[in-house]
Amino acid sequence: MSMIIDRRLNDRNKNASNRQRFIRRYKAQLRRSVADIVADRSITDMSRGGEVGIPVKDISEPKFRVGRGGDREMVHPGNKEFTTGDRIAKPPSGGGGGGGSGGGEGQGEEGQDNFMFTLSKEEFMNLFFDDLELPRLARNVLGDSKQFTYRRAGYTPSGVPANLSVPRSLQNAMARRIALRAPLNRELAELKADAGSAEDIAALEKRIERIPFLDEYDLRFRHRVKEPKPISRAVMFCLMDVSASMSEQKKDLAKRFFTLLYLFLSRKYEHVELVFIRHTSNAEEVDEHAFFHDPQTGGTVVMSALNLMIEILEDRYSPSQWNIYGAQVSDGDAFGSDPQRSAMRLSKDILPLCRYFAYVEIPDSPSSITPLAAAYSQIRDATFAMSTVMDRGDVYPVLRELFQRETA
Amino acid sequence: MRPLKDSVLSRGGDWDFELLQRYDKEIGIIAKEFGLDTYPNQIEVIASEQMLDAYASVGLPISYAHWSYGKEFIQNEEAYRRGQRGLAYELVINSDPCIAYLMEDNSMPMQALVIAHACYGHNSFFKGNYLFKQWTSADAIVDYMVFARKYIFECEQRYGEARVEETLDACHALMDHGVDRFHRPSPLSAEDELQRQHEREEHAWKQYDDIWRTLPQKRDDGANVKKKKRVFPPEPQENLLYFIEKYSPTLEPWQREIVRIVRKLAQYFYPQGLTKVMNEGWATFWHYTLLNSMYDRGLVDDGFMFEILQSHTNVVMQPGFDHPAYSGINPYALGFAMMRDIRRICEEPDDEDRAWFPDIVGKDWREVLDFAMRNYKDESFIGQYLSPKLIREFHLFAIADEQKADHLRVEAIHNEEGYREVRRLLSKQYNRDVLVPDIQIVCYEHMGDRSLVLRYNRLRERPLTDDAGEVLKHLSRLWGFTVTMEIFEEGKGVVDKIEVAPAGA
Repeated sequence: MSMIIDRRLNDRNKNASNRQRFIRRYKAQLRRSVADIVADRSITDMSRGGEVGIPVKDISEPKFRVGRGGDREMVHPGNKEFTTGDRIAKPPSGGGGGGGSGGGEGQGEEGQDNFMFTLSKEEFMNLFFDDLELPRLARNVLGDSKQFTYRRAGYTPSGVPANLSVPRSLQNAMARRIALRAPLNRELAELKADAGSAEDIAALEKRIERIPFLDEYDLRFRHRVKEPKPISRAVMFCLMDVSASMSEQKKDLAKRFFTLLYLFLSRKYEHVELVFIRHTSNAEEVDEHAFFHDPQTGGTVVMSALNLMIEILEDRYSPSQWNIYGAQVSDGDAFGSDPQRSAMRLSKDILPLCRYFAYVEIPDSPSSITPLAAAYSQIRDATFAMSTVMDRGDVYPVLRELFQRETA
Repeated sequence: MRPLKDSVLSRGGDWDFELLQRYDKEIGIIAKEFGLDTYPNQIEVIASEQMLDAYASVGLPISYAHWSYGKEFIQNEEAYRRGQRGLAYELVINSDPCIAYLMEDNSMPMQALVIAHACYGHNSFFKGNYLFKQWTSADAIVDYMVFARKYIFECEQRYGEARVEETLDACHALMDHGVDRFHRPSPLSAEDELQRQHEREEHAWKQYDDIWRTLPQKRDDGANVKKKKRVFPPEPQENLLYFIEKYSPTLEPWQREIVRIVRKLAQYFYPQGLTKVMNEGWATFWHYTLLNSMYDRGLVDDGFMFEILQSHTNVVMQPGFDHPAYSGINPYALGFAMMRDIRRICEEPDDEDRAWFPDIVGKDWREVLDFAMRNYKDESFIGQYLSPKLIREFHLFAIADEQKADHLRVEAIHNEEGYREVRRLLSKQYNRDVLVPDIQIVCYEHMGDRSLVLRYNRLRERPLTDDAGEVLKHLSRLWGFTVTMEIFEEGKGVVDKIEVAPAGA
């Protein structure tokens, strides 16, 4: 008689770990593919999964195989017109079944240069932000943490029934029973040996019997204590120039950069606050939506944004309680004394408070040196970094460069 | 003949577990009447994702973790999701009890087809065929894989995933060359395996005595040394993995164990590669025969048979060589046709059959088929039983492809002069040596630089593909010293050499 088993409820994802292994093994190739995809995507669907490809030859597993060439005979079905001795021109690729039977799969692979498959959103993002990190993030504040962990802390005599530890309680009960019975048993044995009266023996036996199997003070409950979890609080200031000199294409690049930065931060850190500041000739704090989607134009005063950042810092984010980060994107246009003053302001008032400040420039041409870049390049500070983005393809590498995990 | 209403087991496509049970019972009864001897069946109902999982681990219900299975899985999943490939209806594992998977999306007739095909067709083949009997331990494979999975997991914990992966990669590259073809491997048992592995390590420990190192070396003059030097191994070895496991100068005990695991796995799959046509033909023949007799007994209705026949016809379709879907000879088609043909020769022979198959004409077809199933593999089965009638039906023709000639030449077609030649060539096509190159270890310089020499016995100037170099790199990684491969051609001697030194040496 056959056995019929319903396995539909069993694990469905037996190969998840093998899939992960595969992705890990080909991370370098996949990341290249991911970078290409990101460059092509519109800002809004940056965080979807996507189809990636790896060259087939990279992932093939080598085996000793007989290749083409040499002499061989092959038998095929479906002869319609040939007769013995006929000559047929050789097909260009030497084809016709290759190694004879069962060549199906091999041929299929040859036709395809890339092994294409779809990454889930999760996998995509992992590859994307793999080994990116906020530099020099410190755990500085214990207070105000909302996260707790429960830690086991032995057993207590009181608690809720759900936490009752049966083995512990029964161990205690057993110990108590043994301890209480032992002297009585001894007495009983003595009585029996001395041929004591039957009444005494019966009374003693009754006493022994009366010792309860489980008593209230045997009960033990698992004990857990709540401990605050130290967390690191961080705030990222996003400063974007939206002045008239920033063309649509430049704004797109800037937004791309911030979108990636935003995705990276919101994915990796639960406790990172984001402050969005955009500026023309004056700066304003806006919410995420306005920052990425509202059009705005005007003149350029970089200083205004920095001033606003300091105001907000003083107001809400004390450096002793927060890890402070800044990222600024601009086309580098600035007028008069603004760039010099801004650089001064940045290096004097902001950088000392910051863990890291990144400046990304989108200049008109790669060779030109913009006023702001010239001024900023004077800043010598380990917490400051700058980089240039020229087209879509650069955005992701620059982000990686700026936030690469430090390998100490 | 209209089936009686009350005897029909079910109508329509819906199935439930009770119905599966009843169908299985009826099919089992008929199979017994035909004399099919099977392992007990374990039928597992699974969802399509689980079928994809089962694919990836080469059909075993459990396997160790390796990236290549992930690749396989992704490949199948993609193809399935894009609709380029449907899922196989069934998957059956050569184990005792024989495990067969049914997919939940299949209709009742399809489930019945799979039960007949896998649980009685393949199952009886696994139990009866001499290759399976001789080379695989059906009762132990699942346990062994549990052991392998656990062992490899522990190795990963202890020695790191990267090192285990490197070893497995190398072993997989040589998997086709990890098979004993001429003597029976010891039966598998997970428990014994663990025990043996402990003993092996223990033994190595006990044998080690530092004092031997301090013994003064015996002084040999050159002449003496030369005399002592013998070629090792005394005979060429074709089981590369076995040789590595036993003699590699550098492998650590756990790596040897991994080599052994892959070797055992290769051995388990070895008969399946040699009996593709027979195995599928046998199973297809039996689902066809069993379900038809169910119909004859009125257990199933016309609708059921239509669905079965439609699916059956798709399975046994053989496109011609010039058809876009052509990818070699369809083992289901050829196998099924041959099995049916044998039955025909037994029951209704004509003069041609009497001339070609005098020994089976008029005999009980069940006995003849049973004998063929038990004692042949594809190569010999085709060589023995392919009839002129089938050669005509399939319009088989043989083509010679010679490197020097600028044309292909038609060697033989389905005519009186061609039958034997077509049959001989087709049979040869299923010889393992044609599919897997003949590579043997000819020399291990165990007294010298510890290098290893392999020899590829090249057949009619057929070269190896370019990844041979890659495989040799894997081999030298396992071996730890230089590995050389000589390309040897009968009558010409050694014509070429590939030498690979281990990385980092």
